[in-house]
Amino acid sequence: MTAVPTSGAPADARAGAPRRPRGAGRRLTPGRVLFFALFLGLPLLVYVVFVVSPFAQAIYYSFTDWRGVSSHQEFIGLGNYRALLEDRTFHLALRNNLVLMIVLPVVVISLGFALATLVTIGGSSRGEIRGIRGANIYRVISFFPYVIPSVVIGILFAFIYAPGGGLLNGLLGLVGIESQIAWLGDPRFAMAAVVLAVVWNMVGFYMVLFVAAIKAVPSEVIEAARLDGAGRLRLAVQVVLPIIKDNVSTAMTYMGIMALDMFVFINVMTPGGGTSKSTEVVARYLYETAFQKSDFGRASAMGVVLAVITLMMAILVQVVTRKKEDA
Amino acid sequence: MSAVSRDGATGPRAASDLRGEQDPRAVPEGPSPSRGATVPASDRIFAGVSHGVLVIWALIVVLPLLWTVISSFKDSLGILADPFALPTTWHVENFARAWTTAGIGGYFLNTVIVVGGALVLVMLLGAMCAYVLARFSFPGRSIIYFALVAGLTFPLFLAIVPLFFILQSMSLLGTYTGLILSYVAFALPFTVFFLFAFFRQLPDEIGEAAAIDGAGDFRTFFQIMLPMAKPGMVSVAIFNFLGLWNQYLIPVVLNTDKDKYVLAQGLANMQAQQGYQTDWSGMFASVTITIIPVLIVYVIFQRQLQGGVGPSTSK
Repeated sequence: MTAVPTSGAPADARAGAPRRPRGAGRRLTPGRVLFFALFLGLPLLVYVVFVVSPFAQAIYYSFTDWRGVSSHQEFIGLGNYRALLEDRTFHLALRNNLVLMIVLPVVVISLGFALATLVTIGGSSRGEIRGIRGANIYRVISFFPYVIPSVVIGILFAFIYAPGGGLLNGLLGLVGIESQIAWLGDPRFAMAAVVLAVVWNMVGFYMVLFVAAIKAVPSEVIEAARLDGAGRLRLAVQVVLPIIKDNVSTAMTYMGIMALDMFVFINVMTPGGGTSKSTEVVARYLYETAFQKSDFGRASAMGVVLAVITLMMAILVQVVTRKKEDA
Repeated sequence: MSAVSRDGATGPRAASDLRGEQDPRAVPEGPSPSRGATVPASDRIFAGVSHGVLVIWALIVVLPLLWTVISSFKDSLGILADPFALPTTWHVENFARAWTTAGIGGYFLNTVIVVGGALVLVMLLGAMCAYVLARFSFPGRSIIYFALVAGLTFPLFLAIVPLFFILQSMSLLGTYTGLILSYVAFALPFTVFFLFAFFRQLPDEIGEAAAIDGAGDFRTFFQIMLPMAKPGMVSVAIFNFLGLWNQYLIPVVLNTDKDKYVLAQGLANMQAQQGYQTDWSGMFASVTITIIPVLIVYVIFQRQLQGGVGPSTSK
């Protein structure tokens, strides 16, 4: 009797006994049924009730004019989506999200990669990749902001950007620039200020990710490139970067997903979407539309639009990186 | 954004790479002694520049935190007067005020209950589910696995409106139970995804030996498999802890009872009312109270965290 099943191929090799778990012994005992009901059924029940069904319902709601008060809801087809086409705030929010979707991944990943490069191949130019002295300390410090909750980072940076008594204006004062700028209240600076907070939050995470990836690059490859006379910059950009491409594309995707959300940062740092909606994003507008205006149908439609864009972005990143592989 | 999608950048191999073994190259400090004498000048210049850049970045990371901690000991006037001055008197009472008057203590307790409960539950359910999916074959197994893992990509904000009404219909709005169940559900895909890979790697012989000894399915899991999976469980638990501790949208929408606010919610609420009260020092003290526990957890588990996001996405 084979006891607990193998960790073999997912496909059931034993075609003769499709209904039987592989380690089941000869038949499905009551104990085994209870085991499966508990071990598989319980987690799946939670998952279906609290994750799968809300997503399915959201898509349905987006085609109705539901306002939450009663069971009254009319199917209005694409009505919500058509309304979004004419909603100026939604346009503003979506445009901000799209800008963030480009800016955030590019800044965070370039900076993360640059720092990872300095830590790893900043050391000796001979032999295998040998990190810079104190590499570990830099890594540990850089990663720390990642473990701080986003809300706390939002509040922290709201302090830093405060017009009077804030750290930024204080620092500017030290170098002789007396400024009383309310960085988050000024539409010219607000979005950039939010972006900087996110960069501060996330760079260390990607730096650590890239450090590990660079360390996994075979040392012969580095050695060969060095023999060919490649300097550190060329080594980083032309040799290492293509090898860790998979990591970069995953990182791009996740930063993109984060940029298309941004609810926490915006809601905490610029409540209401900022002065003249300069930092409005779809997720925050969705929240307002649903829970302050009770327009659940339209809010769901926004969610669907954003989800579709997220999906398209993820696919696009994959396609672009694949293409480079062929070239 | 799914509950733990910040952590999603890690890949299937992370858990397996975390069984405590140290990569010999993991501590790449210092040149080897034999080469020390012959370091070319260009190397030293480059190392100098690198250190310069890295030190600047480290300062950018550390300064705001240091500033917050120091400011939390000043009074509000002192903070506004000069952001750089050290406190003239150290106002420890800021912390007492934050803890009791501002209610940080209560929020802290709520967070511990909700995050702790959700963490235990999601690790248990996730391990059970991953174990069955990884070590038994039955029809529909792949479909269930992919349906679960697909949850990693679902954006949370799309689900939040219906989730509100689902909890309302179950009378779970503003309750610990409702919040914990939602946390568990949204952390489940990440947990199953990682533990699946982990249970897969456990050797078959163990389970066979257990069966020969007459251990049933339940005993095999709880007394043999689960202890063996402990290293993987620890690293997944750390990332789940960070993800859940970081949650904001779920509690803001579903946790409507002010007495049950979690830290993130309570802090954001205090911040929103700052305009009227301007208790800067209390606010700084609250932020410090929130950061310190994570700092301690981070220092203790620093190696697991660094490794956890380490070899991850590389195939």
